[in-house]
Amino acid sequence: MIRLIDITRTFTMGEQTVLALNQINLQIASGEYLSIMGPSGSGKSTLLNIIGLLDQPDSGQYELDDKAVTDLTEIEQAQIRREKIGFVFQSFHLIPRLTAAENIELPLTLGGVPIDERKMRVQNALQAFELEQRANHRPAELSGGQRQRVAIARATIMQPSIILADEPTGNLDHQIGAEVMLLLENLQHQGTTLIIVTHDRELGSRANRQIAMRDGKILTDQTRDTP
Amino acid sequence: MTLLDTLRTALKAVISYRIRSVLIVLAMSLGVASVIILTALGDGARNFVINQFSSIGTNLLVVLPGRAETAGAFPGAVLGQTPRDLTLHDAQLLGRLPQVKRYAPLSIGAAELSTANRLREVTVLGSNENLIPIRHMRLALGSFITQGSERSAQIVLGAKIAADFFPHNPAIGQRVRLGDSRFLVSGVLASQGESMGFNTDEIVIIPVDYAQALFNTTSLFRILVEANNHGEIAATKQAILATLKQSHDGEDDNTVITQDAVLATFDRILHALTLAVAGIAAISLIVAGILVMNVMLVAVSQRTSEIGLLKAIGATSGDIRRLFFTEAAWLSLVGALLGFLLGQLGSLLIRILYPQFPAWAPTWASAAAIGIALITGIIATTLPAIKAAQLNAVAALNRK
Ligand SMILES: Nc1ncnc2c1ncn2[C@@H]1O[C@H](COP(=O)(O)OP(=O)(O)O)[C@@H](O)[C@H]1O
Ligand SMILES: [Mg+2]
Repeated sequence: MIRLIDITRTFTMGEQTVLALNQINLQIASGEYLSIMGPSGSGKSTLLNIIGLLDQPDSGQYELDDKAVTDLTEIEQAQIRREKIGFVFQSFHLIPRLTAAENIELPLTLGGVPIDERKMRVQNALQAFELEQRANHRPAELSGGQRQRVAIARATIMQPSIILADEPTGNLDHQIGAEVMLLLENLQHQGTTLIIVTHDRELGSRANRQIAMRDGKILTDQTRDTP
Repeated sequence: MTLLDTLRTALKAVISYRIRSVLIVLAMSLGVASVIILTALGDGARNFVINQFSSIGTNLLVVLPGRAETAGAFPGAVLGQTPRDLTLHDAQLLGRLPQVKRYAPLSIGAAELSTANRLREVTVLGSNENLIPIRHMRLALGSFITQGSERSAQIVLGAKIAADFFPHNPAIGQRVRLGDSRFLVSGVLASQGESMGFNTDEIVIIPVDYAQALFNTTSLFRILVEANNHGEIAATKQAILATLKQSHDGEDDNTVITQDAVLATFDRILHALTLAVAGIAAISLIVAGILVMNVMLVAVSQRTSEIGLLKAIGATSGDIRRLFFTEAAWLSLVGALLGFLLGQLGSLLIRILYPQFPAWAPTWASAAAIGIALITGIIATTLPAIKAAQLNAVAALNRK
């Protein structure tokens, strides 16, 4: 359960102040499938980063699972990111010198999971995302779709309750993008909250709940009755 | 993140950036190796000198005429006075001191040594039977000039002279002429080569009174005195000076050099020299440290998006700081150990090439070199690591 109350985030660039988020109020239930759409610069990424505790609002209250998280320490926030949140990025953000398996293993290593259990879970993830043949390949040796599958495997390896995807298909062609969307939606079917930022209307309309943003404000918030 | 995983992850990064890591390790190890090799040279020189001194004989005091302290570079020229000569009588007085185990007067000069068919000029030492034990010399053949030898004109030949004059038949028992006098060869010195600038292979030794007669003098060049024990060196020196002062009508006109004093001076000078070269070499370690800092700063800016990602998947600032620290620690550690091995290898090579030269790096130098390498490496990473940990995650992720 995500609850944002009057969240405001401003950026200062020299003399100018940009109101990236302007008093956002938003509540997202566990297991929801939500898409955030809007033109470039409307504040979509900033909203996602605040939900993912990568960024701090200037004012407002953020409650995650009925707990105020805005004032938690840096270490506590890192722990929430590690255990409850999985990020998927447009540019994949794989570490180039590590193999696919090592990239997927990274959150487990950070979480201090014992090595035997790590190997087992990575093996399962490689299987689930059809990457077994690519386990020992470095990102440079993988196709775009394979890279994003590695990134999704990494985002889900800690079994987070929330997946945050910022334009996950932005760097993929249509066909591969659709496959990646199916993978993410599959996770949502299993109970994970899925929040996707996109400016592709067609992709956005697949979500049960669709939010449109402009100039740091939520313009519309529509929920489909039938899934 | 567990310590083991931090070590492993950092090591993986070190191995991945191969060229960068090799260069840093090389710089670090050359710094450490140069400290070790240079201190091995310095300390080797120190030990070399100490060994040379102990080859002259321990518990040794050397009495020479003239006051070195007041006369500066010209002992003997005290305020225009001619110092009183050291005489055989002085030497005998010193021999009666309770602290003195034995003494050897020394008279030195040059004379022509000849046989029926050979002639050459040689250095002549006049002394007594104690010269051999005091100077730790050895005889190859025969016997040394014996006590009471004043009555029998005996001569001991250096190894090379014996070989030159008597290449085919034994030297012992042969008759030679030295100057105008005839001598009987009683012994041949064992070949020892140079010892403190004195080649004992090319000298001859005769009883001191014969030498004085030969050189037409009553004075001695030196008196070598061996003290009963090492702890009494200072007391012996005082006793010698007092005895000579009394014998010379109250004139304090002699100098006693103890081996300890000379040795201590050399020891101090060479130790300071070792420290100095170690210090200079340590500068190269600081330079290596700055190199580590530079490379880690570049690593942080090159890996900005990696740092952002690590934060996104739940790394704390502490995790990131530790990862970069550990990476630098690996580089420094491997560099220090490799440098230690290189340094030991270099010292070994010097010892093999120059066997008399004990080029061992002192333990303190090896420990300090490794310690400084590790500490500079770690200090040099403080700034880059803090910088990495403070990066804003969102900005870091968006950086290409
Ligand atoms: N780090 C930043 N510094 C300055 N301005 C920023 C920063 N991040 C975002 N902004 C500004 O905030 C606004 C919203 O940005 P963003 O959330 O990235 O929009 P979107 O993802 O919808 O394209 C934009 O005007 C952008 O220029
Ligand atoms: Mg964006």
